[in-house]
Amino acid sequence: MLMDNLQSLRYFYPELTLIVAMLVVVIVDISFNRLRNVLNPLLTIAALLIAAYFTAYVNHGQEANLFLGMLALDSFAQFFKLFLLLAALLVVLGSLHSEELLQVHQGEFFALLLAVTLGMLLMANSINLAILYLSLELVSLTSYIMVGYLKGDRLSNEASLKYILFGAISTGSMLYGFSLIYGMTGSLNLYTIRDAFLSQGVQGFDQFTILLALVLTLAGFGFKTAAVPFHFWCPDVYAGAPTPVTAFLSVAPKAAGFAILVRFLFSGMTQTSGSEWGLVNGINWPLVLIGISVLTMTLGNIAALTQNNLKRMLAYSSIAHAGYILMGSVVLTGEGLKSMLIYMFVYLFMNLGAFLVVTIIYNSDRSFEIGDYHGMFKRAPFLTFAMGVFMLSLTGIPPFAGFLGKLYVFLAVIEKGLFWFAVVGTLNAAVAAFYYMRVIKAMVLEEGNGKTAPLHVSFLNQALLVALLIPNLILVVFWNPIERWTASSVKLFSGL
Amino acid sequence: MENVLLTIVTFLPLAGATLLLAIRKDNLKAIRLLALSTATATFLLSLPLFFHFEASTPGMQFEQLVTWIPSIGVNYHVGIDGISLFLVLLTTFLTPITILSSWNSIDRRVKEYFIFLLLLETGMLGVFVALDLFLFYVFWEVMLVPMYFLIGVWGGERRIYAAVKFFLYTMTGSVLMLVAIIALYFFNGGTTFDYLTILSNVQTGKLILTVTEQSWLFLAFFIAFAIKVPLFPFHTWLPDAHVEAPTAGSVILAGVLLKMGTYGMVRFCLPLFSEATLEWTPWINGLAVVGIIYGALVAMVQTDIKRLVAYSSVSHLGFVVLGIFAVNQQGMEGAIYQMLNHGISTGALFLIVGMIYDRRHTRLIQEFGGLATSLPVFSTFFMIVTLSSIGLPLLNGFVGEFLVLLGAFKANVTYTVFATSGIILSAVYMLWMYQRVVFGEVTNERNKGLPDLSLREKFILVPMTLLIIWMGVYSQTFLRKMDSSVSQLLSRFQSTAVVLKK
Repeated sequence: MLMDNLQSLRYFYPELTLIVAMLVVVIVDISFNRLRNVLNPLLTIAALLIAAYFTAYVNHGQEANLFLGMLALDSFAQFFKLFLLLAALLVVLGSLHSEELLQVHQGEFFALLLAVTLGMLLMANSINLAILYLSLELVSLTSYIMVGYLKGDRLSNEASLKYILFGAISTGSMLYGFSLIYGMTGSLNLYTIRDAFLSQGVQGFDQFTILLALVLTLAGFGFKTAAVPFHFWCPDVYAGAPTPVTAFLSVAPKAAGFAILVRFLFSGMTQTSGSEWGLVNGINWPLVLIGISVLTMTLGNIAALTQNNLKRMLAYSSIAHAGYILMGSVVLTGEGLKSMLIYMFVYLFMNLGAFLVVTIIYNSDRSFEIGDYHGMFKRAPFLTFAMGVFMLSLTGIPPFAGFLGKLYVFLAVIEKGLFWFAVVGTLNAAVAAFYYMRVIKAMVLEEGNGKTAPLHVSFLNQALLVALLIPNLILVVFWNPIERWTASSVKLFSGL
Repeated sequence: MENVLLTIVTFLPLAGATLLLAIRKDNLKAIRLLALSTATATFLLSLPLFFHFEASTPGMQFEQLVTWIPSIGVNYHVGIDGISLFLVLLTTFLTPITILSSWNSIDRRVKEYFIFLLLLETGMLGVFVALDLFLFYVFWEVMLVPMYFLIGVWGGERRIYAAVKFFLYTMTGSVLMLVAIIALYFFNGGTTFDYLTILSNVQTGKLILTVTEQSWLFLAFFIAFAIKVPLFPFHTWLPDAHVEAPTAGSVILAGVLLKMGTYGMVRFCLPLFSEATLEWTPWINGLAVVGIIYGALVAMVQTDIKRLVAYSSVSHLGFVVLGIFAVNQQGMEGAIYQMLNHGISTGALFLIVGMIYDRRHTRLIQEFGGLATSLPVFSTFFMIVTLSSIGLPLLNGFVGEFLVLLGAFKANVTYTVFATSGIILSAVYMLWMYQRVVFGEVTNERNKGLPDLSLREKFILVPMTLLIIWMGVYSQTFLRKMDSSVSQLLSRFQSTAVVLKK
């Protein structure tokens, strides 16, 4: 159902909530000098919860094209919106007791976080290339500021600059790709583009132009998801940004990037024929995606092996995880799509958990070096246990949740007979085991480095750790709801 | 009503580990007692499995099936037959003993130690009782983690190196197995991970795999298992892990963990991929024989007793593999029997090595000599265990080795001849080691006046020794319970191999 602007507004409450909250945060920040540090986080949390409520209950089960075909309201977008809101919420909670951020003025941080979340929500439902580009730029521009948030810190500034340069080039080339597509098909709407490709047939267009347009477009998506060869910004940016921001960047914009990638591939470039996906284009998409995926995970894992700075290691590990998630897109099946969502869902908890531990340890030790984690078990047993679980989960060892993510991705590719692809994926998991275990080794097996004072973990952070541990530990037993949720979120594409 | 006994036995150690969390970490006595009583209770609860086991039923018993993830056909499905029964019992029997053995020798981070030991027990039991490939894989991997910590935290000097090596070796093997499990799942229609269902589909010809497909799947499973066994040339992690692990770790490693590899071969490789098995048998037997002789030769030149015992494991496990891939009743039963023997004898050897290490803080053979005069009781136990490991008639090792060789002889004479030389070599290195450690003059002053076995240590060794004698004198108790399961497995193997040949 196509809705006009006014009709659409009542389905736009989640985004509106965030916009209002963002403005309120800015006003509170300049008018209540004493209360702002308490009010702003509360406002942000409330806004995220309200937006989640609107998304989960009020908009539940609605299918429509809003704003005259700019945004899609569907279960797929709903999944991503809830995912992104949850990620934002966890990051807000995790940033409250981060010494890195407490050193600087916090007001804008929450406004920026709300803005970036808004951009990502729009990314998740845009079906129009113009909106897609605008929302992606909203996310990018705000993240540049968040990365450079530590004004006095040289690394943070450098990271921000690198991010801007990379971002400008990749989004610019993506925009050029969009313009080529528009030139060929005369439309910015993904469905119209697909129909144009379909009705005229691929042969009706200049092959080189198609290739160029798609490669340029992929560059933009690759940048957001940090897929090889568009990943170069990632390690420096992740290492330089304040840790909560890194945690956020490693999960949320990546997920939003996958959302638009899926929309683009599955709505714009493919047609359904029964339960199979036929590709509109003459390009061998699976092969391209296999190549990107294999390169991404292999390069990420191998580069992570030699990192001594935990933030950099997790940066490379997040590149590798993007590779695993891409595995699910290769097969272009409903199962593959579902596996991507599942992977992202479990990745959220394990990766945010790992970064939370890094934040907590930095709070008291002022270090990201793995060497300074030696003997942590004595100083913070619970923290060590939590980190152990997160690392094993990232490795993909059962019974932790990360295993299920890997399992579903492998199920999807093996179902299509891509055994070698799966073998490469699993061997990568074995390589990854080496550096994840290195963290555990440092914390548990190595003797201390002289420091014996117990490490202080604030109550809030402890509660948050528990909240992140629980999904990692128990999802394997209570798995069916997640399975059903993700399955219903991809119904739209699998045509079931 | 569903039979929950196996589930209770499997998860009781986990419950114990959870309870341990609640105890303050400096309350060592309570921690040790709780760990010991959990393990003992698990052992006692596992005894009914033995007594109520119907020897005449070839199929699974004490089965329990609960739906888990229906959309991809994963069930919680456990059960045991005559093959896994004894491995379960071996695990529950050895765990309390290892806890007793680490009573005083573990004095750092005691609480974590026992937590990991109990978690490990759950993992090991799970592997033996799982009848769902997904569940099997979960337990298979779960077990890696506590073992990694046991070696890495409480091990010897190069413990961290050994732990990481152990972890990466096994992890690499097992991820390939995961691919094979998923591939098998889709070949079978992508509806269930249930082992028995897939097995019966193979049996009835509903699931027919080409020889090439079988070979790939077979190899993926086999390599994962071969690393665990460890079969030559995948054995290099073993000496490191064994030498660096604390005594209890070595006992568990030798006693149970290695058996998972051979158990996996019996349970999965043979019945599911019979054609590929036949295809690869010559190679595997060759590797097994090389392992037998190589392990024995390397053991002979070791200066460290623990390293010697570790290499003897490579040799002994070669016999087990040889027995399995003889694919006949004697060979298979011998192999299973030899798994138990090796668990008990080598476990006991490691315990004994641990006992002298506790006294002298060295394991070098040259440091000892003439222990018989100062430690008569110890030396007697040591003698019995050594002889059992060599395979002296009337002790357990003989029965297993004899059956294996009998089976292997039927299958292939040449291999058997070479393998037999391994027995002679084992007598050489074991007796030579025993002679240098126990007999002769007391050459080292520090060996005088060492205390003989304490009550706790006797308590550890007496049940082991009794089992060694019982299994050697009256093997019927054990063999008759496995007969029907083994013969069913073999007849299935023959029939599917024939179905495919047509």
